[in-house]
Amino acid sequence: MSRVELSTGQLVNNKKSFWERNRQSEGYLLKSVLMDYSYKLIRLFLLFGMCFLILQPILNKISISFMAEEDLYNATITAIPEHFTTGNYQLASQFMEYTKTLINTTVVALTISVLQIAVCTLVGYGFARFEFPLKKFWFACVILIIVIPPQTISTSLHLHFRFFDIFGIFKLLTGETINLRGSVLPYYLMSAGCMGLKNGLYIFMIRQFFRNIPKELEEAAYVDGCGTLKTFFSIMLPDAKPILTSCFLFAFVWQWTDGFYSKMFLGNIKLLSVQLSMIAERLGAYVQLTLGRPGGASVGYTNCIVSTGTLMVIIPLLVLYLFAQKGFVESISGSGIKM
Amino acid sequence: MKKHSKLKGLQKRKAISGYLFIFPFIIGFLAFMVKPFFQSLYMSFCEVDVSAGGFKNNYVGIANYMRAFTVDTEFTRLLVEEISRMCINSIAIMVFSFFVALILNQRFKGRALVRAIFFLPVILSSGVILGVESNNALLSSIQEAIQETATGPSITDAIENILITAGVGVRAFETVFEIVDGIYDVAIASGIQIIIFLSGLQTISSNMYEAAEIEGCTAWESLWKITFPMISSLFLVNWIYTIIDFCMRSDNEVMEKISDEMIVQINYGFSSAMSWIYFAIVIVIIGISSLIISKGVYYYE
Repeated sequence: MSRVELSTGQLVNNKKSFWERNRQSEGYLLKSVLMDYSYKLIRLFLLFGMCFLILQPILNKISISFMAEEDLYNATITAIPEHFTTGNYQLASQFMEYTKTLINTTVVALTISVLQIAVCTLVGYGFARFEFPLKKFWFACVILIIVIPPQTISTSLHLHFRFFDIFGIFKLLTGETINLRGSVLPYYLMSAGCMGLKNGLYIFMIRQFFRNIPKELEEAAYVDGCGTLKTFFSIMLPDAKPILTSCFLFAFVWQWTDGFYSKMFLGNIKLLSVQLSMIAERLGAYVQLTLGRPGGASVGYTNCIVSTGTLMVIIPLLVLYLFAQKGFVESISGSGIKM
Repeated sequence: MKKHSKLKGLQKRKAISGYLFIFPFIIGFLAFMVKPFFQSLYMSFCEVDVSAGGFKNNYVGIANYMRAFTVDTEFTRLLVEEISRMCINSIAIMVFSFFVALILNQRFKGRALVRAIFFLPVILSSGVILGVESNNALLSSIQEAIQETATGPSITDAIENILITAGVGVRAFETVFEIVDGIYDVAIASGIQIIIFLSGLQTISSNMYEAAEIEGCTAWESLWKITFPMISSLFLVNWIYTIIDFCMRSDNEVMEKISDEMIVQINYGFSSAMSWIYFAIVIVIIGISSLIISKGVYYYE
C-alpha cells in the first residue's frame, strides 16, 4: 500500500501522465491503484455495514418510540411514524416513575462508583508500589474475585445480609440478627471492601497503570521528604487522572445498567434498571385494568413501550458517552493491559 | 531472595504501608468473599431451611448435585446449551474483534467515529438492558416470522438452502450459519476486546513491517509472521475476559434458572449446587483453554 501512496505522490511532482508511467511499469501501476481503490471500497462497505448493525437497534427504537399504536400494525410504515406521538414517553415515564427514579439512580450510581474507585485506587496502588509478604497470594485473590461470577456466592450473600451480624454482637444485645436485605447499607459496605460489581477488574487496571510510572519519581519524592501518603496524594494521584476517570466512567455506567446487584441489595430503592425490567408487566396490568381490555397489551405495543423505556434509560448514558468518549476508549489502550 | 521474616527498617515500614493500602481489600475479601464462598459450597451439600429466626443447614450429601443432573428436567439441557453457545460465541468474538481491530488500525477518514460506534455496545448493552433486549428478541422473532412469510427467506436462508441441496449441509455449516445470523450478538459483545487488540496493534513498531516488506514479505505473510505473534499474549487476555463476560451476562439462561430457584422458589441448597456445577465447568474450560493458548503465546521481550 505504501508503494502506491508513493507513486501517487510522484504524480503531482512529475509531469509525466498516469498512462505513460503505467506503460513504463508494464501495467503494474494501474493494477495496484485499482487494487487499492477496490480494497478501500470493500472496507467502506464492511465498516458501514457493521456500524449500521450496531446502531440499527437504537435507531429502530427511536423511530418506534414515536409511533402511535396503529402505526405499529401498519405494514407500510417502517421508520417514519405516520401518527407522531410522544405518548409512549409519557406512559413509559409513568410506569418507571422516571424523574424520581432518575434522581435515585444518579445518586446511587455516583456515590457507589466514587466509593469503589477511591478504594480500588488505594488497593491498586498498594499492589503496584509496595513489597510485602504474601503479596502474590493477595493478588491471586484479586484475580479470583474477577473470575468468580457473583451469582455463585449470591445465595449465601443473600442469607448473610438477611441475618446480618458482626461476631454475634447484635444477637447478644437484642436477641435477633438484623435484616439488611432491601437496605442500601450492604452494597455500600461491599463497595468499600472492593467486592462490588467488577471491582477486581478496576484494581487490576489501576495496578497496571501505577506499575508503569517510573520508580525514580517516587524515590525523588521520598528523598525530598515526602511521606508515603503525601507521595501518593500529590505525586501519584495527579498522574493517574486518565485511568481513574475511565475506571470511574465504567463503574458509573455499569452500575447504572446493573440488574443483579441492584435487584439483590437495592430492592427498596427505585432504580432505572430494576424498573425497566418490570415495565412490561406494568403495561399489561395498566391495559387490563385501566383501559379495560381483558387481553392485556399486545405484543407489538409492549415491545414499543419497552423500547421507549430502554431509550429513556440509556439516553443519559448516551449523552455521557458523547462528551466523555475519549475517557472511555483512550485509557484502556493507554493502560497497556498485559499479563 | 530476601527472607520476609527478616524485614528491617525501611523495608518493614514499606511492607506495613503496603498492607495499609490494601487493607480495605483484605477486609472486604474476608468478610464478603471467603465466608460466602465456603458457605455456599457447604450449602450446596445441604438442605437449607429458612425461618424467621435464622437458617438451618441439614447435611444431605450430594443429593443436590444428583438432583441437578438426574432429576431436574431443565438443568442439564440448559447447561449443555449455554456451554456450547459460550464456546462457539467466544471463538466468533475473538475472530471478529481481531478482524475489526486490524481494520481500525489502518488510517482512513472517520476512524475515530467508527471506533466510537464499536465501543458503544459496551456502554449501552450492558447489564439489564441486554436482558430486555433478549426479551425483545423473543417478541421481534414473532414479527420476523410474520415478515418472512410475507417477503420470502433471508439471504442466509437462501444460501443455506442452496448448500443443503448441493449436499454440503452438514453440522459445521449449520454452526457457521448460526454465527452469521447471530452476528449482532457477537458485535455487541466485542467492544472491549477490539480496544485491547487495537492497543496491542499500536505498540508494534512499524520498523518490523518495513523490514519485512523490503525482504519481500506480502501483507498476508506479515500478518501471520509479525502481527499475530506480537499480540498473541492479548489473545489469552481477551479469551479469558470473553468467557468471564459471557458467564455474567444477564441473558445467560443457567444464571437465570439459578437466581429463579433462589429468589422465587427459595431453594438455596439446590441453587448453590447448580451454580457450583456451572462455575466448576467454566473454570475447567478457562484453565484448559488458557493452557493451550499460552503454549502458543510468544513474548517479545
